[in-house]
Order: sequence, then structure tokens, then C-alpha cells
Amino acid sequence: MSLDLFVSHYNYWVVILLMMVGFYILISRGNLIKKIVGLNVFQTSVFMLYISMGKITGGTPPILVGDGHGGDAVEHVVYSNPLPHVLILTAIVVGIATTSVGLALAVRIKEAYGTLEEDEINRIEALVEASE
Amino acid sequence: MTAQLPILQVIVPLLAAPICAVLRHGRAATWLAVLASWSALAIAVVLLGQVMAGGVVSYHIGDWVPPIGIEYRVDIVNAWVLVIVASIGAVVAPYSVTSVEHEIASRRIPLFYAAYLLCLSGLLGITITGDMFNVFVFLEISSLSAYALISLGRPRRALTAAYRYLIMGSVGATFIVIGIGLLYVMTGSLNMADLAELLPGVWDSRTVKVAYGFLGVGVCLKLALFPLHLWLPNAYAFAPSPVTAFMASTATKVAVYMLLRFFLSIFGAAFSFDVMALDRVLLPLALVAVVSMSLVAIFQVDVKRLLAYSSVAQIGYMILGLSFASVTGLTATLLHLFNHALMKGALFMALGCVVYRIGSVHIDAMAGLGKRMPWTMAAFVVGGLSLVGVPLTVGFISKWYLILGALEKGGPWIAVAVLVLVTSVMALVYVWRVVEAAYLREFSGDEATREAPLSLLAPTWILVAANLYFGIDAVRTAGVARQAAEVLMAGIGS
Repeated sequence: MSLDLFVSHYNYWVVILLMMVGFYILISRGNLIKKIVGLNVFQTSVFMLYISMGKITGGTPPILVGDGHGGDAVEHVVYSNPLPHVLILTAIVVGIATTSVGLALAVRIKEAYGTLEEDEINRIEALVEASE
Repeated sequence: MTAQLPILQVIVPLLAAPICAVLRHGRAATWLAVLASWSALAIAVVLLGQVMAGGVVSYHIGDWVPPIGIEYRVDIVNAWVLVIVASIGAVVAPYSVTSVEHEIASRRIPLFYAAYLLCLSGLLGITITGDMFNVFVFLEISSLSAYALISLGRPRRALTAAYRYLIMGSVGATFIVIGIGLLYVMTGSLNMADLAELLPGVWDSRTVKVAYGFLGVGVCLKLALFPLHLWLPNAYAFAPSPVTAFMASTATKVAVYMLLRFFLSIFGAAFSFDVMALDRVLLPLALVAVVSMSLVAIFQVDVKRLLAYSSVAQIGYMILGLSFASVTGLTATLLHLFNHALMKGALFMALGCVVYRIGSVHIDAMAGLGKRMPWTMAAFVVGGLSLVGVPLTVGFISKWYLILGALEKGGPWIAVAVLVLVTSVMALVYVWRVVEAAYLREFSGDEATREAPLSLLAPTWILVAANLYFGIDAVRTAGVARQAAEVLMAGIGS
């Protein structure tokens, strides 16, 4: 792969990097809060993926250029695609909702178990199951 | 008015949910939820009638013409799934009236119904929409409310179960968003019908294949296909009874529908089976799911958990039907969507009756219950027989079509047919363990234990009756399922 291709697509490399970092945190960390942070990073990488693909080289924001009354509207203006941005606004809201539900659950788990470490919770649950 | 039905299908429960939340009065919220879920069922039935009579119903939101605007598109496939989801929603809502008062703190009851209606509208929305991104939004509406519903369970392990589901479910949903994004890059469209036309032009690109993979893994996480099922057993075992009955009968079914819609309608059956070899990927997973999960279910002592593992096995049957890549196999899948909703709904609701009276579903606690709670346990037995696939129950119809599909293909597929029979015997074993405890052992619990109240038994028996009715007269259900299978497999020879 040529260096040009690598450099011109650097945002996509960042997407992949963030995605893997987030996914790794999600899998490897035992702390329930850190898992949610990992999930957040993972989701953020997807936001970047969408926004990257909406961007067109040399494209302007999708706002009508000119006076807007047909006077001296500029022809042949290249616009960036606004749709991915709009989709991601929705996805950000969804991400915040997921995070808040996750954190609320973490609070309840802390109250019920007295810990946020996954291995300690598993130990407590195994003890309870054995005593049944 | 009838022209607005597709949007009302989603809007009615969606608007009733916040009203429930602000009502702050248990009874009022309860009856509003019952009313909303019943009207959702009425709308779904009318829509199915419209589709059977006049073909596809297309609804343009805000009069924006697709593919620019969002389209709700009802054909025979999703009209069928809408009826399944809405009817379970309509039966569980009145059932939960008594059950919830027993299992959930009274100040949380309005919030419970708000989450319940949100979950219902999310599932209906996924099913009805013809827009890819809309699928994701509704998926998150239903999932987030499902996490909340599960965490309402009495045992503290409900919290960890909900948390685990949240993590795995969010990863699955994010995978689906990545898949949708990659498809948008290639086609510039989010409308399903439009995508189905545009995609054959870019079949060869790696991006489309990667999108296919992301969507596949994401949806399979949601439908708990082995080995992505780890969130399911605990979530079902520790959730409040009506939630388990509702989720087990609807959430995974809608996920199976998503799989069929994405892979057969949008990518097309030809691309899925010929280029991506979907059948060869799903077949081993389905077989392992059916065998291993039936085996695990046999050794469970918590009956709710036993049925949860059995659910993963039953999802295996649905995927097995899909992996036949034939109209008969797909008919079996679509029939089992409906039939499994009926049997698992009835079984989990019977267990809810048990929880209401004795507070436990441990197999030892259920000893001798056959005499104490005859109607509840009779419902369990009928549901169990249906799960096994005994003639005159709906379970038999599903297995019949599944085996028919395997025999139709002949050759090594005969072994698959045999395996279906063997796993049915395994189902008999785990159902028998409960029956044996309930009928052949002595009751050792509280002497005052009586039959469950009618408000719980009536909805349970409605589903039990449906198990028997559609098991005896399967002409209508099999007809609709076959028609739907033919629509999905269009473009590929049967």
C-alpha cells in the first residue's frame, strides 16, 4: 500500500484504531465502569466513520450559496453530504442513553453487591449458587 | 383513517408510554397499557388483512416520497411478524396486572408499563419500517427498555444479567450501524426496497461483503444464536415473570425477522446463498445450538433457566430452517417464529403463576404442585408437550415442516432430520423432569398454597388454547408462512 493512500485515508485508520481500542477495553477490563468507557470509545469510532464518509474533498457545508433569491446564486458548488451527520446526531443521542442506562445499572450493582469488579461479583454469585 | 394504520401501529404504544410514566398512578397506567397493546393488536390484524387482500402497503412518513423520506412498508412477511409481536404484547399486558403487583414495588409500576410499551413499540417499529437507519433507532428503543425491564427482577442477579445484556446488545447494535453505514457508502440509500435494487450492481465490492458480515454478527448477537447467546439465560431467568414471557416470545423473533429481511430481501437470497454461503455458515451453528443447549437444559435446576436454555435451542431450529435454503425450510422457520412464541409464552406465564404462589421456580420447590395448582401445571404440561412436538400441538407443525424440508433435500440431510427427532427426545427429558417433580413427588411446601388467581390463569390459558387450536388447524398459519417464505425466496428456485 502506498503511503499516499495511507495518509489520505488517515481518518479511517483512526476509526479502526479507536474501534479496536474500545473493543479491547470492553473485553479485557473487569471493572463495570471501564467497560462502559470502552463501549463509548467503540461507539465513537462509528460516529467518525459516518462523518468521514459524508465529507467530500473541497465540499462546503450544505448551505445555499448566494443571496438565496435566485439573484446571484453560485452554480456548481460542491456540497458535503449532510445526511450522515444527521444520522450520527441520532446515534449520539442513542449512545448517551445507552451510557446512562449502563451507569444506572452500575450504581444499582454497586448497591447490591458492594463492588464493581466483575470477578468479585462472579465470586459472590457462585457462593450464592453453591449455597442454594 | 385506515391509510394511517402503519404509523399508528408504532405511534399508539409509543405515545402511551410517556403518558404511563407521568400518570404516577398504578391502576390508571396499567389499564392504559392494556388498552394500547390491544389497539396495537387490532391494527396489526387489520394490516395483515389488508396485505392478504391487496398486496404490499406502503406508507410515506410526512408525505416524503421514498427513497428520500422514510417509508413504512408492510408485506406478508412483516405483517405476519407484527401479528405475532402484537398478540403476545396484548396477552402479556393483562397478565402482568396481577403479576407485577406481586413482583415489583408499587411506585415503580407506572414506569414498568412505560418501559413495557416502549419495548413493544420498538419491536413493532423494527418490524414495520422500510428504512435501515430506522431499524437501528427502533432496535435501541426496544433494547434500552428491555435492559430496564430485566433489571426490575427481584433477585439482585437481575442487575448483572441486565448489565451483561446491555454490553452485548450495544455491541450488536453498533455492529449493525457499521453495516448500515457501509451499505450507505456503496449505494447512497437507506431505503430497503431501494437498496435491494442497487446492491446487485456492487455485489463484487469487498465493502458490501464486510457490511454483510457486520450485519450478520450484529443481528446474531441480538437473536442469541449460539455461540453469541451468553446474555440470554440469565436475562430470562432473573427478569420479572411477565417480562420473561414477553421477551422470550417476541424479542428474539423480531431479531430472526431482521436476519431474514436483511439477508433475503435486501441482499437477496441469491447473494446470500450462492455468494456468501450463508447456509453453510448457519447450518453448523444451528445444529450445535440445538444439541448443546438442549443438553445443558436437561441439567438445570431452575426451571426458568431451563426454559431459557431451551429457547436458545429453539432459535437453533429457526436458523436450521433458514439454512436449508429452500421454501419449505423457510416456511418451517416462519411457522416456528409463531409457534415458539405461543409455547414459550404459555410456559413462562405458567411459571409466573408458580412464582406468584410459591415464590420460587426451583425444581424441588415445585414438587407436588400438580395437585395444588392443577390448572397452572396443566398449562405447563400442554406447553411442554408443544415444546417437544407432540401431535395436536403447534410444536408438531414446526417440526413436521422442518423434517419435511430436510427430507426434501435428501442425501446427508436425512441425518439432520434424525437429529431433529433426537433433540425432540431431549426436550422430552427436560420437560419430563418438571412434570415428574410436579406430579409424582409429594408436596412439601406451605399447606395454604392454592391455585393461581384467574387474572393470571386466563391469559395463560388463552395461549395454551392457541397452542392446541393452531396445532390442530394449521392450514391458515402454514398458508401465511408459506406465502411469506415464497416472497423472501423470490428470485431463487424452490
